[in-house]
Amino acid sequence: MTFTLFPLFNSLRISSIATFLTFFLGIFAAHYIVRLPKLWKGFIDSILTIPLVLPPTVIGFLILSMIAPRSPLGAWIKDEFATTLTMKWQAAILAVVFITLPLMYRTVRSSFEAFDQNILHAAKTLGLSNIYIFWRILLPNCKSGLVAGIVLAFARGLGEYGATSMVAGFIQNRTATISTTVAYYWQTSQDALAMKWVLINLCISFAVMLTVNFFEKRTAAT
Amino acid sequence: MSLTCNFKKKLGSFTLDVNLQAEDEVIALMGASGCGKSLTLKCIAGILKPDSGIIIVNGRTLFDSEQHINLPMQERRIGMLFQDYALFPNMTARKNIQTAIKHTQIKISSLELQKQTEQLLERFQLLGAANLYPDQLSGGQKQRLALARMLGTPIDILLLDEPFSAMDSFLRWQLEQDLSQTLLDLGVTALFVSHSRDEVFRLCDKVTVMSHGKNGVLKSKHQLYQTPTTYQEALLTGCKNLLPATYENQHIQIPLLHLSFAVTNSPKDFCYVGIRSRHIIPGFLVDHKEDYLLSSYTICSETEDVFTHIFMVYIKDISFPLRFEVSKDIYEKMKEYPKILAIKKDEIMLLIK
Repeated sequence: MTFTLFPLFNSLRISSIATFLTFFLGIFAAHYIVRLPKLWKGFIDSILTIPLVLPPTVIGFLILSMIAPRSPLGAWIKDEFATTLTMKWQAAILAVVFITLPLMYRTVRSSFEAFDQNILHAAKTLGLSNIYIFWRILLPNCKSGLVAGIVLAFARGLGEYGATSMVAGFIQNRTATISTTVAYYWQTSQDALAMKWVLINLCISFAVMLTVNFFEKRTAAT
Repeated sequence: MSLTCNFKKKLGSFTLDVNLQAEDEVIALMGASGCGKSLTLKCIAGILKPDSGIIIVNGRTLFDSEQHINLPMQERRIGMLFQDYALFPNMTARKNIQTAIKHTQIKISSLELQKQTEQLLERFQLLGAANLYPDQLSGGQKQRLALARMLGTPIDILLLDEPFSAMDSFLRWQLEQDLSQTLLDLGVTALFVSHSRDEVFRLCDKVTVMSHGKNGVLKSKHQLYQTPTTYQEALLTGCKNLLPATYENQHIQIPLLHLSFAVTNSPKDFCYVGIRSRHIIPGFLVDHKEDYLLSSYTICSETEDVFTHIFMVYIKDISFPLRFEVSKDIYEKMKEYPKILAIKKDEIMLLIK
């Protein structure tokens, strides 16, 4: 079998798209949950955070039962688009979104909560619209929290194995990601190839951590 | 311009019960921390929603629980000066002002926007700092920027939430002068929250004292400082000696001090007496002894202040300390005389709870 860089490309593709989605879901969830009454806050917070403590296989199983051709959503997709989501690289996006949302949401929420509420109150008394306040005052001032959330989500997404392998499987040049490729080569005793991907993975992870450190230093300096 | 507030708000075991009427003037809400003064401002600004009541500013109803009116903060036309000024950290001084103008005058042309911004920058001496970010500004510049930003929007009433609490005393004075001038220039109704009796006296026309979530009668500052009528008013205007007292057989009795003295006309209801520390003087300074209560004392502690000496003393061997203060030249002379203090009877304030 020839060595291709497809798993790297696929991992980056899945993680980028998933991080993009997670980013928006995360900031909106954080924004609305911060303002909920205490009881609801605790409840919805638990639901959003639970993927953090669930085994990825459980999440994979739940997603599969959601998108399987027999499920309402799966059936609808089959009727409309004459295709199935399972065993497609797109399904892995869904898995990664579920896994990374708690990370994004938690990081963003704590930076929203740490932000001086009086600045938001002042903005309102000055007549600024809620939308303007959110996009132009709250988000820019929580930049370091947002960046931390994005980097964490992206890194976690790149390393996702359990749920991804359940919903997208391992099909070479179709759904293979770095982590499923390592597992495949190891299972088929092709240790040299596995090692190659391990090294690639190490390089990426190291770069991510360097980025995180860089941003942490910059925020500490200001 | 006018303000009418009459509302209640329950927060856990604490109940805020505000009843306030004001015209074109600077009103102070004075009280110890936790008495509800900042909560009152938050209710008026719309940060908190009262449980019941009304808030009317300049004839516009901002809140009315019966008619289900609760204007959003954006439509209340309130200028609120926060403790830490709440400037937008990601915008320069100029952008802070521009943002406020742009959003309240939707159809403003960019030329007009620029003109108004520069005018405000100039008026508040911020032209040199226009391109700096809030964390690069001095305390005074921050306050001026917060005021300038506010004046870019239409405001009916100004709310000031302990604007000097984060400042050191040196800076405080200058800021107070600036703010005082701005308030005069604007001529709007302003509600000023503070626990400092000196600040309140210098900046405001009228004062209401708040305690346990309820505000007292609105009084002119002179009236309040010279003749406080309640325990809280006396305490907040700096009265250091407050003691329970009763009225029996034409005599006012102060049991804690074992003192009693006759009064000719029977006083109104009271349950405390207040004696300011400067109204207690050494006995040798007294001419008309019949106007004073005189007593020997023993010193419990003595503290040298900048211009005075502060004594905590026991009179008649009773262990309830009274505080009195004498200037340094009198302090020197006191050594030559017996330890007797004098309290002028008609300067003893009779207070209700």
